[in-house]
Amino acid sequence: MAGYVVRRVLIMILLLLLLTMAVFFLFSLLPADVARLTCGKICTEQTLALNRARLGLDKSVFEQYWIFLTGLFFGRTFGEGPAAVVCDAPCLGYSFTRNEPVLDLIVDRLPPTIFLAMGAFVLFIIGGVGVGVYSALRRGRWQDKGVMGASLIGYSLPSFFIGLVAIYFIIIRWKLLPFPSYEPPWEDPVGFVQTMILPWVVLAILYAAFYTRLTRSQMLETLNEDYIRTARAKGLPERVVVRKHALRAGLTPIVTAAGLDLAGLLGGAIILETIFSLPGLGSLAVSAVLDPDLSILVGVTLVTATFIIVANLIVDLLYAVIDPRVRLS
Amino acid sequence: MSAPFLVVEDLNVSFPTEDGVVQAVSGSSFSVQQGRTLAIVGESGSGKSVTAQAIMGLLNRRSTSISGRVVLDGTDLFALKEDQVRSLRGSTMAMIFQDPLSSLHPFYRIGDQLVEAVQVHGRVSRADARKRAIDALGHVGIPAPDRRVDDYPHQLSGGMRQRVMIAMALINSPSLLIADEPTTALDVTVQAQITELITTLQRESGTTLLMITHDLGVVADMADEVCVMYGGRIVEYGTVDDIYYRPEHPYTHGLLASVPRLASARVERLDPIPGNPPSLINLPTGCVFHPRCVRRSEVAGNLCLTEEPTLVASTPGHLVRCHLPIGARTPGGDAA
Repeated sequence: MAGYVVRRVLIMILLLLLLTMAVFFLFSLLPADVARLTCGKICTEQTLALNRARLGLDKSVFEQYWIFLTGLFFGRTFGEGPAAVVCDAPCLGYSFTRNEPVLDLIVDRLPPTIFLAMGAFVLFIIGGVGVGVYSALRRGRWQDKGVMGASLIGYSLPSFFIGLVAIYFIIIRWKLLPFPSYEPPWEDPVGFVQTMILPWVVLAILYAAFYTRLTRSQMLETLNEDYIRTARAKGLPERVVVRKHALRAGLTPIVTAAGLDLAGLLGGAIILETIFSLPGLGSLAVSAVLDPDLSILVGVTLVTATFIIVANLIVDLLYAVIDPRVRLS
Repeated sequence: MSAPFLVVEDLNVSFPTEDGVVQAVSGSSFSVQQGRTLAIVGESGSGKSVTAQAIMGLLNRRSTSISGRVVLDGTDLFALKEDQVRSLRGSTMAMIFQDPLSSLHPFYRIGDQLVEAVQVHGRVSRADARKRAIDALGHVGIPAPDRRVDDYPHQLSGGMRQRVMIAMALINSPSLLIADEPTTALDVTVQAQITELITTLQRESGTTLLMITHDLGVVADMADEVCVMYGGRIVEYGTVDDIYYRPEHPYTHGLLASVPRLASARVERLDPIPGNPPSLINLPTGCVFHPRCVRRSEVAGNLCLTEEPTLVASTPGHLVRCHLPIGARTPGGDAA
């Protein structure tokens, strides 16, 4: 087991390295000239050349990648002399449109995204799995059909549609909630919940639909297994049979999907953050596209992809916790 | 004789499917005395496993229609509430299944699965339940049970797994044990060991045994009485000697003729029964066995196609469902 973990962590580090490469070279292929983007309105050949030198764009792509990589571990300095900008390790780049290291921008924007992701995650896992089990136990009856129909609708509606409808009715028409304005929970807990509740619920509905269907199909499969019959033959009450035997056995794909979904959400829910004006990673990425500011995009992409890779590792390790056959072979 | 320990009367089981209603068991009646062994023999689809699950109350009451009576030690099981039947399962009546690998939960240690079986039927501390689990594992011949108790099912061999299933079934000393093809999924070399283990444990504990199998060899070793099922019906029912040496139903006869006998002095050809078991959705008219029966042509008119024979006693205790039972008193299978 220990060997397995070490091996997986090493593979992850390799993957992360490949990831930086992929992201860096992909963005260097873009036709945008970063030196011109940060040059300002009155741009002479001289300032352009100065910009190029400061950003390291006068070097070859491979040298640039090397500098970027060393910057990640040891920090780097943009430019020379009094105009030099220092970016401490781990340096994900420097945004010259906002005059801030990209990492600081990302760290600033992370809390709203984390709160949004975690809140929605708890809601859709509890809701999705619970309703999925309920539906499986009433297979073919009207409750099951109703749940399946509703989840199909939830599954197919786009988030901007549900989000805008929710804002229109709940905030504008019925005035049940104030307009969203994000405050950290430690400063204004009530305002925080009032702002977050709608995006939480909207996001949860979208994801819960998927988890309901997944859980239902898993349950229908495991409930037919021989070991479920054994559990019943032992005289176990039905709720123990369902929870301890059937649900546990069907958990693996649910954990996989949940891990990757959570990681994806931590990378920013672009549309919902924009609709509900949450200052998170998603809306940072959107404004970086509009500015445009490539250094921020590279940073956000790297951080998001890192979440996914780490989540993948955690999911794989969780397999071993769930299924002893993985652990021992 | 005292009242039988298990009585099944006119059991009918059917389930609706998309293709039609499956008539799995039709009008089965049999009984077993305490401590004796009844074997139910038949091909797949003959209704033998469904019969066992009906007794155990393992059939879904909502999706299955069941009628008749099952009386266990004086208690009418079908009259009980679902929860009352549940409390009898695993304590008064227990069951062993065909495939021990798929019948044990792959994610839990065998010890935990045994402990669960103990704790659901009584207030027993975890430590005591674990002690009982280890004892039970040792009792069914698992070496080093105090270490094996923490194994997962996939770490054991097929025979060991079935021993675990037996230990689990017997851990609360049930008075009725149902074994549903307990050796079918095992290696041939292990089959005899498991059969012997079940027989030994049954003798020790005086448990009544309902043995469900398609293996006539197993039946000869273990059973006192035999029930032969075909197409959801009991076609022949008698003592093990009746069935082996005086089979009267052409199907029983055919079954015996299709079993290889190593002990036989002559080299024989196996004689399979032609055709396939009937679909339980669309049963043949008249006698359900008539499409495969070699004796049909000897019956006057179309009796076998039009009228279902009833189960009648040819000699006391030996029942057969046939318009033209085989009267010949030659040892089954060795008939020239």
